[in-house]
Amino acid sequence: MIRVEGLSKEYGRTRALSDVSFHVKRGEIVGFLGPNGAGKTTTMRILTGYIPPTEGTAEVGGDDVVEHSLEVRRRVGYLPETVPLYREMRVREYLDFCGALRGVEDRPAAVARVIEACSLGDVRDRIIGRLSKGYRQRVGLAQALVHSPELLVLDEPTIGLDPRQIRGVRELIRDLAGEHTVLLSTHILPEVTELCQRVLIIDKGRIVAEDTPDRLQAGLQGPQKVRVQLARPGDGALDALHGLAGVADVEALAADRLVVTLDGETDGRAAVAEALVRGGWGLLELQSVSVSLEDVFVQLTTDEAPEGVATPEEAVA
Amino acid sequence: MKKGSGVAILQIAKRELNAYFVSPIAYVSAAVFLAVFGAMFALILYFSREATLRYVFDHGVALLFFVLITQVITMRLLADESRQGTLELLLTAPVRDWEIVLGKYLAALALLALMLVLAGYFAVVLLLIGNPDVGPMLTGYLGYFLLGAALLAVGEFASSVTESQLVAALLGLGITLMLWLLGAAAEIVGGAVGEFLAYLPIFDHAWDMLRGIVDTKNVIYLVSVVAVFLFMTTRVLESKRWA
Repeated sequence: MIRVEGLSKEYGRTRALSDVSFHVKRGEIVGFLGPNGAGKTTTMRILTGYIPPTEGTAEVGGDDVVEHSLEVRRRVGYLPETVPLYREMRVREYLDFCGALRGVEDRPAAVARVIEACSLGDVRDRIIGRLSKGYRQRVGLAQALVHSPELLVLDEPTIGLDPRQIRGVRELIRDLAGEHTVLLSTHILPEVTELCQRVLIIDKGRIVAEDTPDRLQAGLQGPQKVRVQLARPGDGALDALHGLAGVADVEALAADRLVVTLDGETDGRAAVAEALVRGGWGLLELQSVSVSLEDVFVQLTTDEAPEGVATPEEAVA
Repeated sequence: MKKGSGVAILQIAKRELNAYFVSPIAYVSAAVFLAVFGAMFALILYFSREATLRYVFDHGVALLFFVLITQVITMRLLADESRQGTLELLLTAPVRDWEIVLGKYLAALALLALMLVLAGYFAVVLLLIGNPDVGPMLTGYLGYFLLGAALLAVGEFASSVTESQLVAALLGLGITLMLWLLGAAAEIVGGAVGEFLAYLPIFDHAWDMLRGIVDTKNVIYLVSVVAVFLFMTTRVLESKRWA
């Protein structure tokens, strides 16, 4: 559905995207994850025919976004980050206008369908400017759907909503899967884990990782680590742990805090606890260090790795 | 023209026209326009005792006021779309940039036509109380329509280069007055450049019509102003994609 090759975009002297390539298959829900200013919106704007790329090509459904811009635009439903609403219009009027712009044949039916799908029945005759943020976001989503597009591009679809509204919008997006291909951007991690089959992590205009949410998490997990805190730190603790079977490495974060890397063949946690207690160092806390998608994200998009977590190099290797 | 493009233009025009009427702009512009022109009409009629609209139509104050009204009508056309972020909706719809520009222009033109139709009561009053020369009255209205058409195109252009409606209105007014002043400077410059400058003032080409003479050259000039400014507006819109 989407085929992006070597895409770059420069705004004057600033390089917003450099050499981005990725593919999205029909029916997939793909999450575009990255900090603000990473190039998510720029990529989406290129895919929706809003701006042309400086270099590289992007195709939607086999058509180049520059050469066959109008065909691509007909095929894409787009919810920009700032929801493009005419505040003075009524919901139904607005959706009808959006349908007309995109050449929808049976507009009353199409409008009724998206009003139903986005649960806008209660506000269909209300003026958009007077709607709550949650409703406006749903109107924006309805607008993107009114012409039954093959590809749905959603830029931060849940930004600024309260938790209940977020759940509603996510459910809606999940319902759309299958019928539509969805590319959505976010900087909220649970959103990706919950919704997407695949994640593209983008930072400083480059794609730094691409995989399923589970595999990204697993891939960066590396060997199991536990963090321990001691009541009475002493010099011997480090050496005592080193000698244990099942322990691959020990490093001291502080005098009373150690990170123990287990070799993973046996569960060495019990041995570690026993050794520390028997040695008289006093075990206050023993905690497994697991890598969340958040850690993955932070690792990939910042230069410093958080403490106790594998650095990207060793994790990816 | 491909099938379907006419539909998009009309849809955009229709939405724009509706937007005029849900905001106070349409009512206030029409009301102020009719009030000021009506007052001038009444006063001039009282003092001149002549059944003609000429003294109203080619009055300097009337023309300047008319420029203001047209710029108020057009100031929001594209500036507001930029500010509200709805331009992104239009520019990612399967619609060509010129169709957006033309659709919006037609809405403004329709509003202007409506105002001139309402101002038709001046002619009716004259027909009821006197025996006016109908020809010059009609060309006067035509002159205002064509002059307005040109000014609206200038206004839409001004509205495309900014997000602020106020800036758009001032810019449109400035462009119109500068064209007029450049024309006034034509004599000083002289030669071919002077001739070119003399051609620039938009008002000058409406003058004859306001006094009862329709010259095709003037009609072509005013229509060209529309074409040139709508073309430039389209280019500005395109350039927003590269920004």
